[in-house]
Amino acid sequence: MSPQKNNIKQFFKDLSQNIFSGFVVSLIALPLGLGLAMASDAPAISGIITAVIGGILVSILGGSYVTITGPGNGLVGVLLVAITTLGLNNAYAAIICSGALLIILGFLRLGKLADFFPSSAIQGMLAAIGLIILGKQFHIMIGRKIVKNNTVDYLAEIPYAIESIFYFKNMGQTYAAFAGLLSLAIMVLYPKIRNKYLQLLPAPMWIVLLSIGFSYYYEIIIQQPNPIDPNYMISGIPGINEIIAQLPSINFGKVGEFSFWTSVFALTLIASIESLLSIKAVDKLDAQKRRSNVNKDLKALGLATLGSGFLGGLNVVTVIARSSVNVNNGATNRSANFFHAIFLIIFIVLFSTQLTRIPLSALMAILVFTGYKLASPDVVKRIFSIGQEQLIIFFVTLFFTLGVGLITGIAIGVLTTLIIHIIMNKSLGLFVRNLLKPNVLMFKEEENGSNYYVSVKHFCSFLNFYKLKEKLNDVPEDKDIIVDFSLCEFVDHTVMENLNNYQDLFAKRGGNFEVIGLDMHGTDSEHPFALRRILPIPSLLKNLTKRQTTIEELSNDFSLKYSAENDKNISFLQGFLFFKTKQIDHIYNKLSSKNESINLFDIEFSEGEFIAKEVVRTTMLHIELEEEICTFTLDREGFLERIYSFAGFKDIPIQNHSDFSKRFYLLGEDSAAIKEFFTDDLVHFFESNPYYHVESNGCSLLLFGKERLASVKEIKALFDFGKRLKKVVTN
Amino acid sequence: MLKPFNNIGIGVAFSPTLKANINEASRLSLFFNCKLILIHVGEQSREKERNLENILEPFIEKNLIYELVFKTGDPVDVILSTTDKKEIDLLILGAVQRENFLKYYVGSIARKITRQAKCSVLLLIKPAVDRIPCEHIVVNGLQDPKTKKTITSAFYVGKKLGAKRLTVVEEIGQKQVAVKVDDYKSLRKATIVKERLSMREDTRVKQIIEDIPEEYKENISIKTQPIFGKRGYSIGHYAQVARADLLVMNAANKTTFWDRLFPHDIEHILTELPTDVLIIQ
Repeated sequence: MSPQKNNIKQFFKDLSQNIFSGFVVSLIALPLGLGLAMASDAPAISGIITAVIGGILVSILGGSYVTITGPGNGLVGVLLVAITTLGLNNAYAAIICSGALLIILGFLRLGKLADFFPSSAIQGMLAAIGLIILGKQFHIMIGRKIVKNNTVDYLAEIPYAIESIFYFKNMGQTYAAFAGLLSLAIMVLYPKIRNKYLQLLPAPMWIVLLSIGFSYYYEIIIQQPNPIDPNYMISGIPGINEIIAQLPSINFGKVGEFSFWTSVFALTLIASIESLLSIKAVDKLDAQKRRSNVNKDLKALGLATLGSGFLGGLNVVTVIARSSVNVNNGATNRSANFFHAIFLIIFIVLFSTQLTRIPLSALMAILVFTGYKLASPDVVKRIFSIGQEQLIIFFVTLFFTLGVGLITGIAIGVLTTLIIHIIMNKSLGLFVRNLLKPNVLMFKEEENGSNYYVSVKHFCSFLNFYKLKEKLNDVPEDKDIIVDFSLCEFVDHTVMENLNNYQDLFAKRGGNFEVIGLDMHGTDSEHPFALRRILPIPSLLKNLTKRQTTIEELSNDFSLKYSAENDKNISFLQGFLFFKTKQIDHIYNKLSSKNESINLFDIEFSEGEFIAKEVVRTTMLHIELEEEICTFTLDREGFLERIYSFAGFKDIPIQNHSDFSKRFYLLGEDSAAIKEFFTDDLVHFFESNPYYHVESNGCSLLLFGKERLASVKEIKALFDFGKRLKKVVTN
Repeated sequence: MLKPFNNIGIGVAFSPTLKANINEASRLSLFFNCKLILIHVGEQSREKERNLENILEPFIEKNLIYELVFKTGDPVDVILSTTDKKEIDLLILGAVQRENFLKYYVGSIARKITRQAKCSVLLLIKPAVDRIPCEHIVVNGLQDPKTKKTITSAFYVGKKLGAKRLTVVEEIGQKQVAVKVDDYKSLRKATIVKERLSMREDTRVKQIIEDIPEEYKENISIKTQPIFGKRGYSIGHYAQVARADLLVMNAANKTTFWDRLFPHDIEHILTELPTDVLIIQ
């Protein structure tokens, strides 16, 4: 049981660090919790209740490690609708139901739910939520409470609101607007100023401290009432005993109504998506490289939501901003989340009256900034750079979410993505026929080390990405994995983005994640995440795949020349026996040394003709030699099929090297010359290096590994092998 | 070992692939030293006979024993009943090629026959007039009573066709792993379970290979490859990736209505033929 003891020891060793981290997080969680709750039209304290219940329950029962739970930005839009249509007490009932649904999702292992949404649609939905927050809170921030029907009206009103600041009759309102704008300025400028004293406290806490200080300044030093209009101050923060005494009366009266259940589903959907995306993002930050158990976390979040609903709190979700602060402050385990809850309780117990000194407009400035971050022009710009079609998906989702509702918005976003995919491929059949097929194959390649090899067929988009993901999740992140899309006709943006995440993750944890077989897929934009499909006519646009750019970087590192273009000049390969029965089409992705004596390239050739024709793509290395040598073919014993067409040659034994003769198959016409050529040095070289197929046509050598494209790692190995072989041969 | 095949049957229709189909069947009959029975669904006529004999001529010179059967009726019934009557133990069927690139689908007749046949079936996706050497054979190594016979037959075929490489693929279903990967702890556990399963499967398959007569194992490199995936489908995908020339599979145990709605094992292979497929009964 020694590891267990060590864990406990480690736990106590890390405890102080986690307590500190929990404290810093609670400083942000306090203003954010109050603000998010008020933005949702719920009592301010409900945000704190959410964070406390979430922090305590999820830290004990959850399956993630360094996440922070509490009220989420994404839910503001849904909660607002739920509270306005159902009333607060019925909304609590809806929150409780959605908690129960989340627990069920956890038990059904639906942690993969978030994978079924195209990432541009999710972006669109999040941007819409950002606009909902921004639209409503902007007016409160500048001291102008108005009531409009929907977000579009709120947004349209913003220009008039700005103008009206200068005509406030009530000075209290002007002060409120001033507090709001100053807070917004703090939020915007804080990340840009690097000062160690300033960075001691997070920006939201500065706002809280400054406004409380301002209020005390008036009260104690100038002895005047606070100039900010009392309507624009936080009101009704109950003391801890009041919270316990006055539990909300939950009303299940509207359980039979349709609107109740749409709210429940919207809450569940957004809560799970926001949590799952956050957990995924936080896992990437974890210094200890742990992988979260999302299903366990979903169950814990569900239970916490259930409890939070009963006690007058909101939905508990995993939140990205607070979690990243947690990681940055050195949290190592879930206890940080627990302590963040404890500190929140302490704040409420000790300072609940002080909190009423915070102007509402200052608090809302924090939310306006959050909303802006979700819907900022940068998001639009980034999506546009990936492709125009992504922009369509983004805006369709955005407008429908704003105009109709969240569920409709995301549903239409998914549908639009699907239609765009069908139009781009000009084929509905590709998707219908292959949707349910298990299109992913994974196995361990035993030869030449043991890397995992994944081949994907047909198409790979948000519809069936979970299948690929399931396989990828089965691979420890410190291993090598190669994902081959050469049998896949269409790969969408969601998949490309997710693969990039995997690439980062594997790179961080000492593994190697490579994507091959995309080089002949076309794209419409230059972004690395652009969707890719096999085009009948090669696209004019040059968009190198990640593999190609890495090769290009490689060429710079080793001062080689690189050309991605198809090259039909292949006469130098004709002398090789390997190609005797094969038709070479072209070579591409060519890397060549300065004097062009060593060339490494991808090659496309075919075997057979017409219906028996098979197109093969592989990576080869060609070495030009200065002197003539004998012609020979060397391969590992047992892989003779490659030289089938000239059977009749016999394996040439090399004297005194029985192990070499056993392991390698050596063919050639002039066996005497070959025996002379294979000196001890050369034999030792081959024995002590990985297997490659090596062929000589008299004046040059041809080398290759597998009959598929090589990953960049394999390219490096092959190139290095070739260089060393050349040295041994020329000596 | 007993000769697995004695009579080879082929259904012939006067289509553009007629010559290629007959050539393939005749070559196999010679390789396996079998009698070839050509079944034509339709009226007998002198002209048709002459047509067929013309194509068969180069093989008759090499002592091919053959028989022509003409019978009218439903193609599926005719071929199946003739298979029974003439004691055919290997039925060759040409598969229909779909327009879309590199995808092959079995036509409905061939599919029905494959489901109902009581003998082994060879589905050809690319019959060729001239011989294309069969170099790499992939065979399933499922944990099933039929597997031993299937692997043995694969070795027999490999020997007769001069194949250079034979890979026994052990498909391990997700259910067998039994550990769901949730976090890094269960991932570690699952990796160990998989390693153990692969070893176990490997030993099982190696035992089967052990029992195969040495003469079939000469000059052929044998490899085992565990893959984790959907039974029946993944092996087809593997055959495609490994560029196999022939895939040898167990026949399905039973096909019910449900199997067609939710295809598994052999049904997967039929919807998407990766290469030539031999189904051993």
